[in-house]
Amino acid sequence: MVEIMVLPPARRMVLWGDTAVADRAGAAFGLALPHQPCRAVEAGTRAALWLGPGEWLLLGPDGDDPPLAPALADLPHSLVEISDGFAALALHGPGAARALSAGCPLDLHEAAFPVGMVTRTVLGRIGITLWRRAAAEWRLEVPRSHAAYAEDFLAEATRGMPGF
Amino acid sequence: MIGASRQEGMMQRLLVGRMFQGRLVPDSMRTEAGGRIDRARDLRFRFDGVDYLGCEGDTLASALLANGIHLVGRSFKYHRPRGILSAGAEEPNALVTLRRDGGRTTPNLRATQIELYEGLEATSQNRWPSLSTDFGALASLAAPLLPAGFFYKTMLGPRGWKLWHRLFEPLLRRGAGLGHAPTQPDPDRYARYHDHCDVLIVGAGPAGLAAALAAGREGQRVILCDEQAEPGGTLLTEIRALVDGIPAREFLARSLAELSAMPNVRVMPRTTAFGLYPHNHAGLAERVTDHLAAPGQDLPRERLWQIRAARVVLATGAIERPLLFPNNDRPGVMLAGAARDYLLRYGVKVGNHVVIATACDSAYLTALDLAAAGVEVKVVLDLRSSAEGPLPEAVRKAGIPILTGGRVLGTHLRRLRLDSVLLGRADGRTRWFDCDALLVSNGHTPTAHLAAHARAPMHWNDTWGAFLPGSIEGVASIGACAGATTLAEALAQGAALFAAVPPPVEAELPIAPAPGTLQGAETGCVFVDLQNDVTAQDIRMAVGEGFRSVEHVKRYTAGGLGTDQGKTGNMALFALTAAASGLAPAQVGTTTFRPPYTPVTFGTLAGPARGDLFDPVRTTPLHDKAVAEAAVFEDVGPWKRARYFPRKGETMHEAVAREVAATRATAGMFDASTLGKIEVMGPDAAEFLNRLYVNALTGLKPGSCRYAVMLSEAGFVMDDGIVARLAENHFHVTTTTGGAARVLHHMEDYRQTEWPDLRVWLTSTTEHWAVIALQGPKAREILIPLCEADISALPHMAVRDLTIAGAPARLMRVSFTGELGFEVNVPARHAPPLWDALRARLAAIGGTLYGTEAMHVMRAEKGYIIIGQETDGTVTPGDLGLPEGRAKPDFVGKRSLTRPDMLLPDRRQLVGLLTENPAVMLEEGAQLVTEASPPPGTPALGHVTSAYHSPALGRSIALALLAGGRTRLGQRLFVAGPRGGIAVTVAPPVFLDPEGARLHG
Repeated sequence: MVEIMVLPPARRMVLWGDTAVADRAGAAFGLALPHQPCRAVEAGTRAALWLGPGEWLLLGPDGDDPPLAPALADLPHSLVEISDGFAALALHGPGAARALSAGCPLDLHEAAFPVGMVTRTVLGRIGITLWRRAAAEWRLEVPRSHAAYAEDFLAEATRGMPGF
Repeated sequence: MIGASRQEGMMQRLLVGRMFQGRLVPDSMRTEAGGRIDRARDLRFRFDGVDYLGCEGDTLASALLANGIHLVGRSFKYHRPRGILSAGAEEPNALVTLRRDGGRTTPNLRATQIELYEGLEATSQNRWPSLSTDFGALASLAAPLLPAGFFYKTMLGPRGWKLWHRLFEPLLRRGAGLGHAPTQPDPDRYARYHDHCDVLIVGAGPAGLAAALAAGREGQRVILCDEQAEPGGTLLTEIRALVDGIPAREFLARSLAELSAMPNVRVMPRTTAFGLYPHNHAGLAERVTDHLAAPGQDLPRERLWQIRAARVVLATGAIERPLLFPNNDRPGVMLAGAARDYLLRYGVKVGNHVVIATACDSAYLTALDLAAAGVEVKVVLDLRSSAEGPLPEAVRKAGIPILTGGRVLGTHLRRLRLDSVLLGRADGRTRWFDCDALLVSNGHTPTAHLAAHARAPMHWNDTWGAFLPGSIEGVASIGACAGATTLAEALAQGAALFAAVPPPVEAELPIAPAPGTLQGAETGCVFVDLQNDVTAQDIRMAVGEGFRSVEHVKRYTAGGLGTDQGKTGNMALFALTAAASGLAPAQVGTTTFRPPYTPVTFGTLAGPARGDLFDPVRTTPLHDKAVAEAAVFEDVGPWKRARYFPRKGETMHEAVAREVAATRATAGMFDASTLGKIEVMGPDAAEFLNRLYVNALTGLKPGSCRYAVMLSEAGFVMDDGIVARLAENHFHVTTTTGGAARVLHHMEDYRQTEWPDLRVWLTSTTEHWAVIALQGPKAREILIPLCEADISALPHMAVRDLTIAGAPARLMRVSFTGELGFEVNVPARHAPPLWDALRARLAAIGGTLYGTEAMHVMRAEKGYIIIGQETDGTVTPGDLGLPEGRAKPDFVGKRSLTRPDMLLPDRRQLVGLLTENPAVMLEEGAQLVTEASPPPGTPALGHVTSAYHSPALGRSIALALLAGGRTRLGQRLFVAGPRGGIAVTVAPPVFLDPEGARLHG
């Protein structure tokens, strides 16, 4: 009912800046950065996740090196690589939202947490970034040292899980 | 045939029950037909060592009653024999211990809520050696000596006798109480889930069901929970009314089928809403496996549901109240509504010859239904002066005599079972009636617990003789708990919440619950709270002794405490308190309703948070390397850090001494990955940091680092670290391991709320970078060959980005040991190979790995502080001898540093301490005084903050915070200890290389 997968390493960058920075970065990154709060945009192997006002998490495949720094050189901004600071988990299946609800107090119903929504929240005792990529597909960005806890927590949550 | 004699101890060892065609059959109190049990499925169970048969669908209580068993427990204080009073969650008496296996033993479960399963094993509680022969019952002989407040009075015995500790407490702990807690770990799993809905409906009786149907048809997300195995509430026993043109029980089945077909509605049976918290946050406990004979491995025993609902609808019904009369606690005295439930739901006659005593109409239904089932109803005693209306009429028509205006004057017990009752008529005549059950009703109390949790106001209602909950935003009460008295009214209230039309009801007779006022005799041994053995006399005495608030009466008498929280007794407690105080009940009010409504297991509240999931453990990217080197770890907050690396046979002291000596002689390597790291970027980054730290940072050159101290607004040191300027607009800041999150929040707070005009942004990189510290005179020699840039001239406090051993690295020349040293930052994935490369060179050169303990020793030798050790939230930079930022116009905390208290000359200042006997180690936290044996009450001059054996000095050293410390250098003081004062000399806090020659190597 739920499949929990540890995803391979990825390129992660946190970008801070104003609209001009977002637009310039989007052009260099190959996708328009979302301006709507708590929304993620995907194109090909890259994704941009809105984390806060003027703050985005840019995801790409491991080793990806988009020409962001040169594109932003003359604009006030912050661009910091955090690739190794996080691990990603994927949850697939109709029971994924229920498994997440074991540790996440947010309303995960599709009406309240639609496809494309992303937010920082908690899973049990740890902080995560939660992104709904499809109705039954979620991606969790978990601090590296908490990844084992997240995996164990979700595995426990799926044992004897109710079907609703 | 079952008889009272069965309950005698000797007989209990025999197998009870008739043999029919070679097998046990349920006993004779079962009706021929009817009820909602599956008669084809016999279940064998054991109670107090005797085997019985029940049916699928029974509760333990109904199965015991089917076997003629009323006596199920002994009371808390007087060990009086007690029977089953109710059929639900309100049960005060029938508490049993259920045992599956060693760890699966649960005490104090209500037999009325335990679903029967094959092989169920239950034992009664609070009796020795057996239920029928209980020596504890001798306590009842001493009843006059054990009044309310007994505990408090005995505690006030003559001083010095210590009667409480020596005599009473051990005695009471043995004699009083309920079941025993299991001694083995709980082997079951428990789960916890969050959920949200538009409407949470508590109680699946007619009102709740009508609300669920209406809300569900509207498309709202609905959760309908009910504590019972079967939803339906009073509809389960509604045998007369037609709803929507069909019998009520068919309407129930049809409604449940409709609800289960709605994807937006979830019906949760066996789920108790035990608490309602602020903002419509409800706690639900779902019992998943307790009713299963073989639960299997995967299912949790219970699930905790934390529900956030836009709207909460409480349809929790009402609880029938017992009558007050002398010896009203006998086995065989039962609530009239419960007797009807047992008959109609479980096909059980609770007696063959019963007397009914009531102060309200609903008990007449019991009379009619029992009579129809062949039970002899000898008489209905109505405490009210007249009994008119359709229900009493129907009872009269059935040939059952009614006595109005009477009283129950007493009961008689034979073989621990009621065998007759003494009734008094209005004209004063009395008469004994033989009977095997006395069914009582004193009206109903609306179940307002959850509404009260949510702070709904409680309004006294004369008709009900009870408090009814008012409504509050987002929480509605409907049905009997809101004062509805008929099925039609309950359905209408549920539908009306969602502007729906209720189904029409045709009822032959009005239905239960019917309201009534609290009546009954009050003299003699009249029990108000059965579970805690509180009598009417106790309450009068409490009021007589000066207790006025009902909350105080509750605590003094223990009325309303215990597992049932006074569900059947509280209204009588309030009413009697009011009567004794000469007040109206509305003036007395209620005690506070607190969650949980019924007891919740610890397991359910703990959920999965046990073992590895209790608290997440954080490990560094180099953890496996340290494990491979046989490191001993210590917990630093959530982190596991290598404390020292003992060689075979080494003690910690020896290992640490070796690690320190080798590091100072050649080089040492240390995993510093847990340090917090924050990247600060933007055109105003330097200005931002300059405002946050005491130290001047605007002038810091790119490529340079500075040690910096951060203050709280109060001017006290909150964190320290290295600020490294990578470029004009780009800083890498380190924090303490424990302060990482706190410092980031502090910075974000100022960035967002105080200085939103600054163009600066913060990103935590704590987990991205692993940090390997390389310290010691040969550190540079080890590092140089691995660097793809020349670092030979890199000065102390410099930072460079370069490639080291093929990894993109950020190299800082910094030291926390006093030696020439480096901290190599690399992305986490590159840390293990870099560690291996450095480890090989380290070994070749005779260096060592060192852990946090050696790190602590080396920093203390240099007088470097540790946040949380030399600081405790009351220490200023001046106290520590650190720069105070006098030249800077402003920074966070600066203004506080000029408060008069901050300028006192006798503030505690950081100093070193040297014991006169160099072998003696001081205790961290020990107090500093001027005399070896100061008189008690002598104020301390300060305390020891750090104490170690220093390998470099070959003696013990210590750091301390000492009043006016810097003016006391050279003074002889004492450190108080259990074996007298230890003489010390005050010294500067830097013990080694005060000039820093080693550092700049």
